[in-house]
Amino acid sequence: MGGKTINHKAWLFVLPVVLLVAFNAVIPLMTVVNYSVQETFGDNVFFWEGVNWYEQVLHSERFHASLLRQLTFTSIILVIEVPLGVAIALTMPREGPWVSVCLVLMALPLLIPWNVVGAMWNIFALPEIGLLGKTINSLGIDYNFTQQPLAAWFTTILMDVWHWTSLVVLLAYAGLCSIPDAYYQAAKIDGARGWAIFRYIQLPKMKRVLTIAILLRFMDSFMIYTEVFVLTGGGPGNTTTFLSIDLVKIALGQFDLGPAAAMSLIYFLIVLLLSWVFYTLMMRSEGEP
Amino acid sequence: MRTRWLAPTFYILFLLLPIYWLLNMSFKTTNEILGVFSLWPREFTFANYIKIFTDPTWYNGYFNSITYVVINTVISVSAALPAAYAFSRYRFLGDKHLFFWLLTNRMAPPAVFALPFFQLYSAVGLFDTPIAVALAHCLFNIPLAVWILEGFMSAVPKELDETAYVDGYPFWRFFFRIFVPTITAGIGVAAFFCFMFSWVELLLAKTLTSVAAKPIAATMTRTASTSGYELGLLAAAGSLTIIPGAFVIYFVRNYIAKGFALGRV
Repeated sequence: MGGKTINHKAWLFVLPVVLLVAFNAVIPLMTVVNYSVQETFGDNVFFWEGVNWYEQVLHSERFHASLLRQLTFTSIILVIEVPLGVAIALTMPREGPWVSVCLVLMALPLLIPWNVVGAMWNIFALPEIGLLGKTINSLGIDYNFTQQPLAAWFTTILMDVWHWTSLVVLLAYAGLCSIPDAYYQAAKIDGARGWAIFRYIQLPKMKRVLTIAILLRFMDSFMIYTEVFVLTGGGPGNTTTFLSIDLVKIALGQFDLGPAAAMSLIYFLIVLLLSWVFYTLMMRSEGEP
Repeated sequence: MRTRWLAPTFYILFLLLPIYWLLNMSFKTTNEILGVFSLWPREFTFANYIKIFTDPTWYNGYFNSITYVVINTVISVSAALPAAYAFSRYRFLGDKHLFFWLLTNRMAPPAVFALPFFQLYSAVGLFDTPIAVALAHCLFNIPLAVWILEGFMSAVPKELDETAYVDGYPFWRFFFRIFVPTITAGIGVAAFFCFMFSWVELLLAKTLTSVAAKPIAATMTRTASTSGYELGLLAAAGSLTIIPGAFVIYFVRNYIAKGFALGRV
């Protein structure tokens, strides 16, 4: 870090990026702020509403319910995907022809459009025609994700694990590959095996990439929309209506722009705040020897 | 441990099962899908694929998607190159705050921006063009590209820049002739991620288009809802969307692991 020259003309280098991102971020954000403090009945007539919408959203049971579902969903998928991803990365081959095969096949789910992921899992899990649904039912378990809330949650979580665990695998694998052989040789001389190698060599070296993995998985699962919308439509009832789905229902379905805008901003702030908390917590633990 | 290969193998099998089922469905007629349950198509048919390749509303969807994804990748990477260089080599007023602000845009839920984006792009007359979607996707792809490229550039020793100055290279010649070629791998990885996130995103792409620039993913959802549920056709269209991604992964397979390690994704 010490070797950087002070050069304020560097702003010229950054300018295109700032303009492009500002066009997309600042103008729409100001529109949202604008809506969030006004009431409209169409025809571009607006009335000042102050913080009414914010109070309404923060006190609405519907928002609390969506937020709770969102937090539950995100916690469950983090608890499953992070350890599973690390475990698979640990067992992956480090060299040889199988490395490419593994990487290509594992990255495949990441590159499928999100609505196709939803449609694919819909077809896969339907009780009458889907491989998964048919198999579970033939085991004697009554399973229909379009009607049973528990089955809907199970399918949604399984879909997310299918879709995103590979990201954790790839990151953890990259972290593992960056450990020099000398470390393992030293560990061997000291007589360390299995768990000790993992705890004292591999885990500390993976900390940075795992921080990134957890942050990315947290942010993206908190914004999940398309896959779940195509798979369950937020149902049965409202049981899989997460924050984004609820927001789109209010904004585009009922056209309640004021409350939707207020909810958008609260939502965005929650993501920012939680990301910041995650980040500082993980960075602080990195400071230990 | 002899059984080490078991875990990745089972994992990959788990990943492939839904994809196999999608392919299986795509070669069946809708009647067969709804009538008989079978692990492979009984009446093997290409009809679904033929329909997609002959019907303009279907194949135009693919062209539209590829168009905005390519435009977005080019814009994101070329704008991010000088910016990443500035962040990796210079200290300037507000640099850290700017970097952080860029990254917060990666955290903005697209659902929050859907409606304002629709209004903004309608107001500037770009609604329903590939350019609109390409520009909108810059919101999350530019921060990502800057982040990845900055990681790669910081790994290049500063002596390279200094030697070039001593040898009398003008800055832009140095940048394009010497510096850019040394970070080709980084550009590859950044382009891969921009391609990926633009290709898979649907909410904004669907909001910003109606007829002329409709992406393939949106064609799929609308067809599914208007003409009943043509599952075979839907499965065929879905299967085809996997191909561009698989193609791109194949080319960058050796850089993926490296890119994750170096870039600050």
